[in-house]
Amino acid sequence: MSRLNVNPTRMELKKLKARLKTATRGHKLLKDKLDEMIRRFSLLIKLNKKLRDEVESQLGQVLKEFAFAKGQLSKGALENAFMLPTATLQLKRGTTSIMNVEVPALSVEEKTGSEPYPYAFAQITSEADYSVKRISEVVAKLVKLAEVEKQVAMLADEIEKNKRRVNALEYVMIPQLEETISFITGKLDENERASITRLMKVKSMIADKNG
Amino acid sequence: MAEKMAILGEGDSVLAFKACGIDAYYASEREEAKDLLRKLAKQYTIIFITEKLAGQMDDLLKKFNQSAYPIILPVPSGSNSDGYARAKLKERMEKALGVDILFNKDREEK
Repeated sequence: MSRLNVNPTRMELKKLKARLKTATRGHKLLKDKLDEMIRRFSLLIKLNKKLRDEVESQLGQVLKEFAFAKGQLSKGALENAFMLPTATLQLKRGTTSIMNVEVPALSVEEKTGSEPYPYAFAQITSEADYSVKRISEVVAKLVKLAEVEKQVAMLADEIEKNKRRVNALEYVMIPQLEETISFITGKLDENERASITRLMKVKSMIADKNG
Repeated sequence: MAEKMAILGEGDSVLAFKACGIDAYYASEREEAKDLLRKLAKQYTIIFITEKLAGQMDDLLKKFNQSAYPIILPVPSGSNSDGYARAKLKERMEKALGVDILFNKDREEK
């Protein structure tokens, strides 16, 4: 392990000791934060998987129904029929903080118009009715999934970053500081020993001269 | 103000979403879809994107994960999922935890 390039002085030693203290404290805090983030993450990702499974099966079915409806109509007629949506989902956006990561939080309010379907019944077949009804149900779930999945993605990034910080402190910063501190202490002790021996030598030389 | 949602897809199936107030956009080609997504990202809160298109622009989607909004969510385009979203889920889990806690069971069944 390499030590830092500093002068072996008492000032420097004092500074380094303070830095080591901060680094150790920071390392402990970050490690605790990481543990909690991982706990939250594992809960969220389970929820994400569950929602994803549900949405995929429901949406698959809806789209299958829609494909039937589509098959019975010309493309123009279909597009006309769906031109004006009546049931709109009122979406509100906000953010919450999971362990200091700003993540999205959404709330949905379904606002249905007077007519549940965006077309006249004469225009279109009954298959389309079913798929339109079902799809509004799926969309609410999709929004929830969007929220959770984004939270998972952002938390995953943050956990990775945090892991690096913890490792950098644990395996680079702290050993480096410790080594430099022991180097400076050694150097200072040696200086002290050197000056003591020098004094003893001088003293004995003076004693020889006088005696 | 109410926030808006959009869907970006390559086929007719996106039309189904239109019925519940989601704006539908078409793109069949990779570059076209990328440009469109960049534009949509400024206006919409949630953008659903079909898995087929999402798989083609993985790198662009990653950039949107840095801020809370917009949310870009891959959805299956047909009745079957091509596994893009699942692969993403797995990737994130491995990145954060280093182990697989969800799909073990699936593998044993196979």
